[in-house]
Amino acid sequence: MRLSLGPLQYFWPRERVLAFYREAATWPLDVIYLGETVCSKRRELTTRDWIALAHELADGKREVVLSSMALLEAESELASLRRLVENGRCRVEANDLAAVQLLRERGLRFIGGPSLNVYNHQTLRLLCEDGLERLVLGTEQGRALIDEFRASGVPLPELEIPVWGRLPLSYSARCFTARALDLAKDDCGFRCIDYPDGLPLTSRDGQPFLTINGIQVQTAGPCDLGPELAELRAAGIALLRIYPQAAGNAAIVTRFRTALQTGATPLRVGDENGYWHGTAGMQLVEPLQAPVEW
Amino acid sequence: MHLVCPAGSPPALITAVDHGADAVYVGFRDQTNARAFPGLNFSEADLRAGIRYAHARGRQVYVALNTYPGPAHFGDWQAAVDRAATLGVDAIICADMGVLDYAARTHPTLPRHLSVQGSATTHAALRYYRERFGIARAVLPRVLSIQQVERLCEQDVVPIEVFAFGSLCIMVEGRCQLSSYVTGASPNRHGVCSPAKFVRWEEGPGGQRSVRLNDRLIDRFEAGEPAGYPTVCKGRYDVAGNVFHALEEPTSLNTLELLPRLAAAGVVALKIEGRQRGQAYVAAVTRTWRAALDRFAARPDGWSPDPQWQRELARHAEGHQTTLGPYHRSWQ
Repeated sequence: MRLSLGPLQYFWPRERVLAFYREAATWPLDVIYLGETVCSKRRELTTRDWIALAHELADGKREVVLSSMALLEAESELASLRRLVENGRCRVEANDLAAVQLLRERGLRFIGGPSLNVYNHQTLRLLCEDGLERLVLGTEQGRALIDEFRASGVPLPELEIPVWGRLPLSYSARCFTARALDLAKDDCGFRCIDYPDGLPLTSRDGQPFLTINGIQVQTAGPCDLGPELAELRAAGIALLRIYPQAAGNAAIVTRFRTALQTGATPLRVGDENGYWHGTAGMQLVEPLQAPVEW
Repeated sequence: MHLVCPAGSPPALITAVDHGADAVYVGFRDQTNARAFPGLNFSEADLRAGIRYAHARGRQVYVALNTYPGPAHFGDWQAAVDRAATLGVDAIICADMGVLDYAARTHPTLPRHLSVQGSATTHAALRYYRERFGIARAVLPRVLSIQQVERLCEQDVVPIEVFAFGSLCIMVEGRCQLSSYVTGASPNRHGVCSPAKFVRWEEGPGGQRSVRLNDRLIDRFEAGEPAGYPTVCKGRYDVAGNVFHALEEPTSLNTLELLPRLAAAGVVALKIEGRQRGQAYVAAVTRTWRAALDRFAARPDGWSPDPQWQRELARHAEGHQTTLGPYHRSWQ
């Protein structure tokens, strides 16, 4: 299994983003995904900047992929998508069928991102015809889908699954960060830059519940499939995705890399894994067996 | 513009037809549609009778097959497509690419509408569905402003249907995992959002009530305060020390005042949400929209909605209030 760094979902200042990827370039990663996937108003890095950064990082030591936005509304967003698709060097992670369409029109192979709705082997077959070479499983997918994919007999592309970080749960036309700060979206002041790990939302009895990230809603805590590594390997997962959070990324990369090298199951750090086990995503399911060496 | 109304039961279908729906959309009694609620929806015999009733009056019936099947149960959705075709429905409304592909290859003459659950918000995405599956119409997710709807219609990729009235999904349809995060049951896979079997109401000594979804507190209400259904996106939560409807208030979309712009844009059909609602809702909302569309057709200049219509619609709205929703930038 290989390790990937998923796209940064938050809005960080330009210098912080550049410093983050300078550091990430030194980590033992096989794939780096980058690009703005949440809100086109975030322009600390423009689409051209993201493409330049991707080309700079794509130096042969690792694969670099440009990730597209999950929700496209304006014509200007399609123009940015066109620039990503025509970047000339890096593959694109298509997070919407608009991206799939632009890619297939140009005969370009691509990676299917987690917000494409791939729920069965027939949809997967169609996307493979379109040029899909790798599928990142959707947020609510888990082991059962992979088992059923295999039972269906269709040829499978490479499969990737998020193993660490807050997972995207939904997207809206509305900006929830602006709403929380009593600002209009058109006059938001780009205030999500003040929340490098998103804005926590708790239930009225004080339980962490969700995370607000602009027009996106995320899980409260990080998903952690570290203790499930043996199951992921048995299921034939090729890539493990780590979503960047505000802090601790290097340690998390090391934790997964060490586990892959030594075969020792990492101890649980995060507290959500329900989707992998086919239940509510917010839940923590303890594996029935004790951790095994693999 | 065609008026497309919901029916969760045979009497609701008759009510919708009698009150002026041009088309009625329904679902089978299983997980093939996004309102898979107990006691709702149509058996094969129900649908046969419903189609006969509608067709005798020159109206249409669409069947929503708009959930996403997993591989193991894909055959159930294929069978549902076959059943809809055999019964002679006027269109099927689908979201899953595999289901659309099956329908296009097996029943090429049965019109296919792209469901709102298909999440198509751009002309590029619409082109994909048209070129791949030959869709005859697309229902737009409730995320676009009226200007964006107008520009999308100008592209003329496929005829466009938009939501006109009803409970407001504030997330891009087909891409919302809030229900599955809390309960494991999702609109996409199971055809349900925040299902009732996970709901637990608790009453305090002073008449306060709290409501939980799979043990997660969604809201608390003072004695006498109106309490809505605990959909995750319409609860009250604490963000940065303020307790409020952090995602959305209980409210319904109402686009009556946008009628001239939707018509000028070339929108072909207006959809009323609410297959889970009763006959009284279907009757009142269908009658009101029929009256509005008829008056607009007769006297399009100087349009303004009749205040009586707005009052009637508000009465049937979630939380008794309505909004222009994402059509209007200030909502976003």
